Amino acid sequence: MDDERKMQVARQFIGAIPHARALEMRLDSLGAGEATISMPYDLRLVGDPRTGVIHGGAVSALMDTCCGAAVMSHADGALATATIDLRIDYMRAATPGQRIVARAVCHHMTRSVAFVRATAHDDDGDLPVATATGAFTVERGRA
Amino acid sequence: MSPSRPPPEPVQVVKQRRDSALRALVAGVPYIQFLGIVFERRGDELTAVLPHDEKLIGNPALPAIHGGVTAAFLETTAIIELSWSLMWEEMEAGRIDATTLDPLHLPKLPKTIDFTVDYLRSGLPRDAYARARVNRSGRRYASVHVEAWQDNRARLFAQATGHFLMPARDG
Repeated sequence: MDDERKMQVARQFIGAIPHARALEMRLDSLGAGEATISMPYDLRLVGDPRTGVIHGGAVSALMDTCCGAAVMSHADGALATATIDLRIDYMRAATPGQRIVARAVCHHMTRSVAFVRATAHDDDGDLPVATATGAFTVERGRA
Repeated sequence: MSPSRPPPEPVQVVKQRRDSALRALVAGVPYIQFLGIVFERRGDELTAVLPHDEKLIGNPALPAIHGGVTAAFLETTAIIELSWSLMWEEMEAGRIDATTLDPLHLPKLPKTIDFTVDYLRSGLPRDAYARARVNRSGRRYASVHVEAWQDNRARLFAQATGHFLMPARDG
């Protein structure tokens, strides 16, 4: 499968996730064990009405989706994946009005477990809004 | 003669004060409305309810609730519980007037420092419930544990622990 076709399949895959659609997530790039997914600023996702800052939970949803995509894109070929645990560190508030971009890397995969790291940025590319570390299941189907 | 003590407040006054404070706290957060989370109250105990909705699904094949929705549900429950516990004393002592509270005049919300979610089983396409416990509430930091279940209270589908930065207090 060439890269263009792969991206198309992956976009359809994410488009079929109702919650990813609800947050208007967009797959920006996908490589071997790496994924970039972004979502627009949205008033419905505000967690603090005084500041207009997006709720941490919405950032979690973006990071979780991005980590899952990174696992699925790994060369070791999982058929499906689910989150075992996910830790998110919130470094700073995301700037209201700006798109949030998550990048995830599946840096190690065993027969049953995938280890993933991710960061989330807004327009300020230097300091991340949040970072995440997660462990995911690797479903390989029946032997 | 025994010292006279003030008569107890009428139950409706107590309920109205607590319910309107809780309503103001929750209604001010658009993301809580987006996910459809509601909070039920028994005395000071809160239970968060996440009614099932198609847009919460993350795996349409199973189907299962999105892991990010589960994380968001738990984090929201933790923040509201922590804010509620901070408000409680002030509210009961009459130092904040619950009847005039609106989202812009509520005490400031705590900020999440980190949040770790433990996924125990997949979230089924039905209502979910969560309760949080404030394990430590200091002047600057707090640690909160939260548990979520669906059909059986004893069979959790997720739990989480988070640390929070407390809002600056006057004085």
